[in-house]
Amino acid sequence: MIAAEELRDQYDVAVVGAGPAGLAAVALCARSGLTCVLLDDQPSPGGQIYRGITNSPFPRNAVLGEDYWCGDILVHEALAGGTHYAPTATVWGLLRPDEIAVSIGGMTRQIRFGRVILATGAIERPFPIAGWTLPGVMTAGGAQILLKSSALVPEGRTVLAGCGPLLWLLAWQYLNAGVRLDAILDTAGRTNWRRVFRHAAKFAASPYLRKGLRLMLAVRRNLRVVAGIVALEAEGSERVEAVTYRTASGYSERLPVDTLFLHQGIVPNVNLAMSANVEHRWSDTQLCWVPRVDDYGSTALPHVAIAGDGAGIAGAEAAAARGRLAAIAAIRALTNRLSLDEDERDARHTLHRYERGRAFLDLLYQPAPQFRRPRSETIVCRCEEITAQQILETTALGCPGPNQMKAFLRCGMGPCQGRLCGLTVTELMAQARGLACGEIGYYRLRPPVKPITLAEIAGLPTNEAAVKAVARE
Amino acid sequence: MFRRLTEGSEPSLTIFIDGSPTPARESDTVASAMLAAGRTAFRTTAVSGAPRGPFCLMGVCFDCLVIVDGTDNRQACMTTVRKGMRIETQPGKRTLGP
Repeated sequence: MIAAEELRDQYDVAVVGAGPAGLAAVALCARSGLTCVLLDDQPSPGGQIYRGITNSPFPRNAVLGEDYWCGDILVHEALAGGTHYAPTATVWGLLRPDEIAVSIGGMTRQIRFGRVILATGAIERPFPIAGWTLPGVMTAGGAQILLKSSALVPEGRTVLAGCGPLLWLLAWQYLNAGVRLDAILDTAGRTNWRRVFRHAAKFAASPYLRKGLRLMLAVRRNLRVVAGIVALEAEGSERVEAVTYRTASGYSERLPVDTLFLHQGIVPNVNLAMSANVEHRWSDTQLCWVPRVDDYGSTALPHVAIAGDGAGIAGAEAAAARGRLAAIAAIRALTNRLSLDEDERDARHTLHRYERGRAFLDLLYQPAPQFRRPRSETIVCRCEEITAQQILETTALGCPGPNQMKAFLRCGMGPCQGRLCGLTVTELMAQARGLACGEIGYYRLRPPVKPITLAEIAGLPTNEAAVKAVARE
Repeated sequence: MFRRLTEGSEPSLTIFIDGSPTPARESDTVASAMLAAGRTAFRTTAVSGAPRGPFCLMGVCFDCLVIVDGTDNRQACMTTVRKGMRIETQPGKRTLGP
């Protein structure tokens, strides 16, 4: 661990994010003799998947499952090699092609690098249903964070709603911990099955098949699972009081709840990469933006690579492999002396193993249209409290895209900087205008990619040009 | 509503939430300590005054903003507790200091 003032001005490699991709990348770079800095916004390493791994409240192999403890080795290898590890570090932008700005405990530093590996991971896909802003409604990922880092579990009536692998993992971990969920409301579209058959043979060889089946069987044996949910709403005034749903067959029910967890998949956390002008494209299978990278995670920018789920969702094991590939490219570019062919073969083997049949999962758990493109009074932009109706009306006025929408509604201009509304706005506008999401585009993101204080900006070293820009004489 | 599983260490320090002494663990964030203490709403919004609480718990959504030791707009889920920390729920938009 290192404080802001102890950081050097320059490193061979800067890695942003201490999840599986960042940890694996920095371990390999440091082993090859490069000077490395690992910047992460959490107080301890592991990312969200291995959150709390260094100070877990649980005994090994209990509750969280054996896969969680793989993070232990990654952390150990990453921090063993003389890397400068800076926790609670907010990287708020690339100021130049080879320089990042980072704020740690209120102090800002600029760090130059030979290569930066962005391993910013994933965030949860927005799940805009009526009432999703009520206190007591949280993401399944948030539930897992409370479990992993603080051994906090819900008490009282609890419902888990949505779709995707994480939903089943959380339910399984809660079972292990003796936590009772009142129901799982499964929103996975039943028609999705028709589209996944051609990927089934590949997925049959995926390590995720056995794991997934084991989790789902255990959960289904022990919990009430309602499948085929086509409508979902949270109700309450000061906090969530009930969840109502309707199934495809027309059955509807109102369940009183104290806590409602929502989840419909994860998407790349693209804000930093987008603000650095890395080109992104719309993925029609993952329904989100993914950066354009080559087989090593290298972008069109000579100093910038992206590894892990931030370069497209593929899971923790693939993320570590992609971290190693980005590291190999960095080492080759910066040292010119190591071949690393064996490391590359291993990484590509792992990547192949875990990416096999990914399209099966992507399509099977593709959220249904009504849960991605809400209607009427449902809030889309949580920060500015903008509804789907307002977005559709403004689009009907001739507003062409999300950036122009800001001028009308401030949609996407709150502190979350579009992370909780951006995908929804793109999809709503694309449908309303009859265009592809890739044609509608996304918010134009600029640094700082997290809100920082004036003092943190003022703390940057000044030069003559900067003084001239603001001085009166 | 949340409870702590029995495993792990017991509460080891005291913080103050809207003036009430509240036990917390050293590894807690302000958000996890407040949830463990039974708090669900952490603030009201600047736009409509609607109550909000933590949603993502990973620094993304900015719905868990609270006042920490007199400073507004702190993300409860990104702030680790400290002994004697004074936390207040935040009504509406932030106010500037004196």
